[in-house]
Amino acid sequence: MPVINYIQAVTQALKEEMQRDEKVFVLGEDVGVKGGVFRATDGLYEQFGEERVLDTPLAESAIAGVGIGAAMYGMRPVAEMQFADFIMPAVNQIISEAAKIRYRSNNDWFCPITIRAPYGGGVHGALYHSQSIEAIFANQPGLKIVMPSTPYDVKGLLKSSIRDDDPVLFLEHKRAYRLIKGEVPEEEYTLPLGKADIKKEGTDITVITYGLCVHFALQAAEKLEAEGVSTHILDLRTVYPLDEQAIIEAASKTGKVLLITEDNKEGSIIGEVAAIISENCLFELDAPIKRLAGPDVPAMSYAPPLEKEFMMNPEKVEHAMRDLAEF
Amino acid sequence: MVNVNRRETVTENRHKKLGLSDEQVLEMYRTMLLARRIDERMWLLNRAGKMAFVVSGQGQEAAQVGAAFALDREMDYVAPYYRDMGVVLAFGMSARDLMLQGFGKADDPNSGGRQMPGHFGQKKNRIITGSSPVTTQVPHAVGFALAAKMEKKDFVSFVTFGEGSSNQGDFHEGANFASVHKLPVIFMCENNHYAISVPLSKQVACEKISDRAIGYGMPGVTIDGNDPLAVYEAVKEAADRARRGEGPSLIETISYRLTPHSSDDDDRIYRGKEEVDSAKEKDGLYTFASYLREINLLTKELESKWDEEMKEIIDDATDFAESAPYASPETIYRHVYAE
Repeated sequence: MPVINYIQAVTQALKEEMQRDEKVFVLGEDVGVKGGVFRATDGLYEQFGEERVLDTPLAESAIAGVGIGAAMYGMRPVAEMQFADFIMPAVNQIISEAAKIRYRSNNDWFCPITIRAPYGGGVHGALYHSQSIEAIFANQPGLKIVMPSTPYDVKGLLKSSIRDDDPVLFLEHKRAYRLIKGEVPEEEYTLPLGKADIKKEGTDITVITYGLCVHFALQAAEKLEAEGVSTHILDLRTVYPLDEQAIIEAASKTGKVLLITEDNKEGSIIGEVAAIISENCLFELDAPIKRLAGPDVPAMSYAPPLEKEFMMNPEKVEHAMRDLAEF
Repeated sequence: MVNVNRRETVTENRHKKLGLSDEQVLEMYRTMLLARRIDERMWLLNRAGKMAFVVSGQGQEAAQVGAAFALDREMDYVAPYYRDMGVVLAFGMSARDLMLQGFGKADDPNSGGRQMPGHFGQKKNRIITGSSPVTTQVPHAVGFALAAKMEKKDFVSFVTFGEGSSNQGDFHEGANFASVHKLPVIFMCENNHYAISVPLSKQVACEKISDRAIGYGMPGVTIDGNDPLAVYEAVKEAADRARRGEGPSLIETISYRLTPHSSDDDDRIYRGKEEVDSAKEKDGLYTFASYLREINLLTKELESKWDEEMKEIIDDATDFAESAPYASPETIYRHVYAE
């Protein structure tokens, strides 16, 4: 099986979906001639032309809102926010409009838009090129939020997001773009939205996380394995709505649960995961549910030691996992 | 003795010049009248405690209906704002539909009783679903126009909003996007002088809302919103332009909001009765009726016949909607996502 990196999986998914369905098009800032500031849309402009790879004015609410209109008509827009941090002007369009179109029209209209955005830190991006923004959108029924960790998941889940009949916020970890490589089959496949995935079977402790932190957990698990600690790792993949059943099963499997996010701790996705576990798994737990997250400061800093202090890394994860194993 | 020459002023037939038949202008007037009468009935129902909320289009029917008749009502898409009863009636929504919405009943085609009155949407008539945060519909209309261009379809999209909304980012972002990509969309600002209580003078510092078109490289015109024929002419020209691939236009229609902002507003706090009374003298419903009388199209017989018909239509719609069932409570869980 060919090995590709995370961002190549994005590009492949876009390209194949655009080939499969002529209603699919991409729009955003610099997605055309330049192929995206991260080059996620590399080659699409040459292959599909400027009408289907649309360089838009620099205005995020219009990128989302025009996409929403086109989606209601029957197109399959994939709108790119250049950085997740810059999605804020489009929040009204995403929350008040995209998420509620089916519901408010009593199923008369629907809005099959995919909004892609690179999120996450560890790239010297400082406050406004590093944030995790998922929690802002994670109590908006009608919206789905997908945050894949591997090239295989990126490709299968992005294809499913584009084909989905509801709006999907597809968040790609920008540090993972060229850092994370993985096998991706040449033949066509898709992966279901709303389903978490066990990335490693284990028996002593359970880690539930998503995005780049999945890889930190896998690395740490390897080290702990040598010390005789077996780690079970569940990758949420879709962070809204959550796969409750998979969370309950993963927590119950070991009774010791560590939840990890790169986002600020209070009000993050993992708080909701903790609530699901505490509501359902009281008699299965052997330790308090532990959360490992970014600190509750506004965002990541630019200077390397300051960024490092905020950013999640394999060492922090390993430390937390060992603590839990020893509980 | 002074010989007084009686000078007969003959009203010029304006609509023929615009290519409108007698039947069409009568239908325009009838649609305006129906919008007004439904609106008035809704206020009565509100004050009688039967309808929780009303948001009104009174005073703007001429602009709404004049515009709608200039569009292709078999093909074009409209993204109306919450006062546009005249637009949605012209695009095929019925009095029963509107009353079902007013009462919030299960068969309300706009939302099945989920949204407040005035939040229109009906796919079969190409009325795009709207929300309460103002101006979000502007980029949507641009998106429909983008789809028209991409799919090489001949339809245009038409979007309306108030003058207050012309301050929102979504207006500016949408207008700019549409003009850069030369999309077939018509922006129509229904300037009624008030954004709830805040008058035009505190909303914008430019002389005309249509001046804003200059910044986006599209034509902008300001016209009398009480004159449905003037609005028809402007929207027709914009639609023709859009269909020729020449891009969007901004049309500002000047009229006046004759009612409070909504059934929950008391406009006596912020404007005088004299001002409202003087606006009523220019009410497009009456001035257009005068025109039609002067050219002998709207006869006394026809007027009384229509008055009767309106009463029957609205009585029927009211009774029908009032006795129609609400959606059952457990339906609130449906249609969050595709089922």
